[in-house]
Amino acid sequence: MSNRNSHVLDVEGLGVSFDGFKAVDGFNFYLAKNTVHVIIGPNGAGKTTVLDLICGKTRATEGSIKFKDRELLGTKEFKIVRAGIGRKFQNPSIYENLSVFENLELSHPSGRGVFGCLTFRRTPAIIEACESVAKQIGLAYKLDTEAGILSHGQKQWLEIGMILMQEPEVIMLDEPVAGMSVRERQETAALIRRISENRSVIVIEHDMEFVKEIADRVTVMHMGKVIAEGTMETVQKNEKVIEVYIGH
Amino acid sequence: MIFLRTLFKNRGEMISFIVFFALLLVVLPIVLPIFRLNLVGKYLSFGFVAIGLVLLWGRCGILSLGQGVFFGLGGYCMAMFLKLEASDPKSTAIQSTPGIPDFMDWNQLTHLPWFWEPFKSLPFALMAVMVVPGVIAFIIGWAMFRRRVGGVYFAIITQAIALILSLGIDGNQGYTGGRNGITDLKTLWGWDIRTTSGQYTLYFLCVLLLIVAALAAKYIINTRFGRVLVAIRDREDRVRFSGYDVAMCRAFIFAFAAVMSGVGGALFVLQVGFMSPSLVGIIPSIEMVIFTAVGGRLSVVGAIAGCLIVNFGKTAFSEAYPQAWLYLMGGTFIAVVMFFPNGLAGILEDNATLKAKALKLFAKLKELKASRAAKSSVEAPIEETP
Repeated sequence: MSNRNSHVLDVEGLGVSFDGFKAVDGFNFYLAKNTVHVIIGPNGAGKTTVLDLICGKTRATEGSIKFKDRELLGTKEFKIVRAGIGRKFQNPSIYENLSVFENLELSHPSGRGVFGCLTFRRTPAIIEACESVAKQIGLAYKLDTEAGILSHGQKQWLEIGMILMQEPEVIMLDEPVAGMSVRERQETAALIRRISENRSVIVIEHDMEFVKEIADRVTVMHMGKVIAEGTMETVQKNEKVIEVYIGH
Repeated sequence: MIFLRTLFKNRGEMISFIVFFALLLVVLPIVLPIFRLNLVGKYLSFGFVAIGLVLLWGRCGILSLGQGVFFGLGGYCMAMFLKLEASDPKSTAIQSTPGIPDFMDWNQLTHLPWFWEPFKSLPFALMAVMVVPGVIAFIIGWAMFRRRVGGVYFAIITQAIALILSLGIDGNQGYTGGRNGITDLKTLWGWDIRTTSGQYTLYFLCVLLLIVAALAAKYIINTRFGRVLVAIRDREDRVRFSGYDVAMCRAFIFAFAAVMSGVGGALFVLQVGFMSPSLVGIIPSIEMVIFTAVGGRLSVVGAIAGCLIVNFGKTAFSEAYPQAWLYLMGGTFIAVVMFFPNGLAGILEDNATLKAKALKLFAKLKELKASRAAKSSVEAPIEETP
């Protein structure tokens, strides 16, 4: 990993233990600009924990996470978000009682302090930003719909849209196509390719066909450790990977 | 117009707001004798606490069982000023140390404690009514919310703080007046608050300030901050990972509710003429939550109405059956929580939406009929041609 400047995120020696159990151990991970980097691995490999560690939801016990040369370890969650890292949860996590538009608007980065919120005004620029994101996620015709009555797939897209509103440089998606139909999967793959044109995306996924379609790079995890990294083809040929994961 | 739209979501809300306050400002003063009107004023001072609870509990989902603390702090700040004014050297000449409050003299204090000194100034006392509860609430809130203390644990801790404060006041008779509280309050800057005209003036002052407080709360509810509060209640993690400082938002609304409660406490003291630890502790704090729950914890006007209804119920019912009142109030609370979680305001609103839905359906049916009629009248000539 020679050229540091081409990375947005450098994770080195990351580890966390829960009551002595090492969920993630000596994890190294380098995220290049404008790429889709998929993390795969069997259940319990520690994939979601890695995302939790990067976004600050879980505190790491060792290692370092550098975002554009800024150490993120020990930084509060909302500050990590404001620095430019967005996170989508596994289950769609949206505001069900608000409309699609309001969901997007609430995620707009202007006025996130208490007094910013109190004096917030819906300007034409903000309306335009919401509409353009809605178009990207294919919900432009649903702006006034209450988010709670959207289909499962649309809720997933809406949450991706809410993260796009934050204009992050790194987006982390935890199983974005779980529970989606084949057509929805294809559209999501296209969406992920589109949003990675000017930002980096980390995806956790099980569906190999889907991974093949979107991944620029793949990292394989097993029992909290990286066992292989590279393009999908090289990873698939790796014997260790075949042994612990694909071969079964 | 834009400002009005920020305050009221629809016309119904505005009308209910205007009708309610017109009732308080015009109808009640005409209909009720001053004794009853003064009682209404006393109950309305709890309305400030209820407004705070609508924001804190209804909107943001933080149940505080210690709002009596802030009501009490505001009330004591006001009472300290009034007591000092009532204790001038001339009227306390028979004391061994004239010029200090009577209860201090009884407890062998020979000079005014340092923290009483600034309360000789009315501007300071008025500021303290808001600043003391606000700052203390912010510190408590920030310390707890930063560590993600919430839900039941938060309620228990606030309850404990209420107990500590009431015991602390109770146990330091020389400095606080102890269990009797601070009594015999007479004048505000030389103006007698006990006369009929004084009580009328204070009633109107109370209602006007309540309108200001209610409008401020409605403004907050309808801004982005109001939506963030509800979002925190429903999806805390998503709000945090949208880049909001959840702990700060919660601490702010907790402090805001405390400031409201403090103002209510001060108006209580002015209208009732005394302050005591029995208004600070656990039971009044829980009662204030019950007023809010019965009236409707999502509705500002509903919560204030809840204060009036429950308190008048208490007055009327406890005159007849003093022992049964506590059971009745407890039962009402359980019933409201189980069957009408949004209180009386929620019931009225449901009715209104049902009516609106029925009217809409009716209009649609009419339209359908009209379009059918139009169709048949268009089609008719075609059939006739052959």
